[in-house]
Amino acid sequence: MADKILMKGNEAIAEAAIVAGCRHYFGYPITPQTEIAAYMAKKMPKIGGVFLQAESEIAAINMVYGVASAGKRVMTSSSSPGVSLKGEGLSYLAGSDLPSLIVNVQRGGPGLGGIQPSQSDYFQSTRGGGHGDYHMIVLAPASVQEMAELTVKGFELADTYRMTSMILADGTMGQMMEPVSLDIEVKPMIDKPWATTGTKMARKHNIVNSLSLVPEELEQLNFARYERYRTIEENETMFEEYLVEDADIVLAAFGIAARVSKNAVDEARKRGIKAGLIRPITLWPFPKAPFMAAAEHAKAFLSVELNMGQMIEDVQLATGCKAPVYLCNRAGGMIPDPKQVLQSIININGGEN
Amino acid sequence: MSTKNMLFSGFGGQGILFAGKFIAYKGLIEDQQVSWLPSYGPEMRGGTASCSVIVSDTPVGSPIVSNPDILVAMNLPSLDRFEDAVVPGGMIIADSTLIERKVARDDVRVFYIPATRLASDNKLGNLANMIIVGKLLKEIGEYSEQGLSAALDKVISAKHADMKDVNLAAIRLGAAYSE
Repeated sequence: MADKILMKGNEAIAEAAIVAGCRHYFGYPITPQTEIAAYMAKKMPKIGGVFLQAESEIAAINMVYGVASAGKRVMTSSSSPGVSLKGEGLSYLAGSDLPSLIVNVQRGGPGLGGIQPSQSDYFQSTRGGGHGDYHMIVLAPASVQEMAELTVKGFELADTYRMTSMILADGTMGQMMEPVSLDIEVKPMIDKPWATTGTKMARKHNIVNSLSLVPEELEQLNFARYERYRTIEENETMFEEYLVEDADIVLAAFGIAARVSKNAVDEARKRGIKAGLIRPITLWPFPKAPFMAAAEHAKAFLSVELNMGQMIEDVQLATGCKAPVYLCNRAGGMIPDPKQVLQSIININGGEN
Repeated sequence: MSTKNMLFSGFGGQGILFAGKFIAYKGLIEDQQVSWLPSYGPEMRGGTASCSVIVSDTPVGSPIVSNPDILVAMNLPSLDRFEDAVVPGGMIIADSTLIERKVARDDVRVFYIPATRLASDNKLGNLANMIIVGKLLKEIGEYSEQGLSAALDKVISAKHADMKDVNLAAIRLGAAYSE
């Protein structure tokens, strides 16, 4: 424990990005993620990096596009309404097959909404975020340590697959402090022969662009991208299982909802109800396999979310209607209490205990 | 298994978040699992501030403390808001300089300490928060001189290192206080 320090989740993301070799940050302040920008503002100038507060979220994401084109690790961060503004840029990044890291520390919506924690951008994140056929790798940390580790992982996955990784957190994860170790192993950077780094008159021009006016060619680009997505689905899916093996009622929850759900599972077990929890760590690709396996023995599933029920659709798809999937939720910046989750478990179990 | 769910509450500027951070760091140094979660809503801008602190010898689940084992209330709105949430058998520590009423519950241990007055009487500036921290550590049986210094080193930035002695004095004062 000696090497651990207390850090806010937002700060852990910022420091981990620096550990991962990111030296370019562009952002625009918004609660509850402003500590990321504040940390970068303080740290980047001291290590020869770039911190730039852009004039808007849209400007920031396009600066990310520029640095990513040059093959450098780059990031931006925002919260829900700000991420919507970045939507066009996210689509252009995908269309140009550029690696980048985007952080969304979600707050209640829609619209300007509030500033309290939420998970209501699940649909937006897991379905791409902007227009067109594409995905982002979506990582959902549930501790400050994971905020740091998944940031490093996000950069590595982004480079490997030439696409955007998103850290999908919420106000609680961003604001809370927990012990964290930043002694995180970073893999060597991979070559980016496609980057626009100057030809030195020794090679042909590299062109980074998302415009493709010949439909036959554009179709092939889409096919190729989805071929890559299939590799990611096979190799990069991450999840955590807690007491699932013999569970009758399997909860599905990510991020802060998973922390709350774990308390409820423990409480249910004390009352003799066999509850368990599957916590997706990658939201895209969604971990279908553990849900399919659990559907062989579970009597019911319970999706616990800080929204009106979004991940529940992926749970239903993954379990193939083999068992009913219920929802336990709060919205608008409210967080379900472990007691509310426990009550849902008890109700599903038939109201006894 | 021992888990302490604590809620620190008061108004902005009383050092609520700092007090919580100190307790969390003290736990960390003592090899406990800890979490610290502040309220960050608009209410903290001039209104009430609170933070959830959990110190446990097992991994911390939800970092949100809705039913504290220990409530620190440094102003009346905080006591009004959180008194009923304390678990039966729990503890309430109230700054009796700023809270004139008594706690209505009879199923919790209650300690009144005029922390704000003690701070000004002893020229400890606005360290009522750390006076309460001293009282808290004493009453949960975790007050020891050794742990204090190391934890203070973690929460006081190098720039404010000269504040360490007054913080120590405040904690000692709170620990020594009895009604």
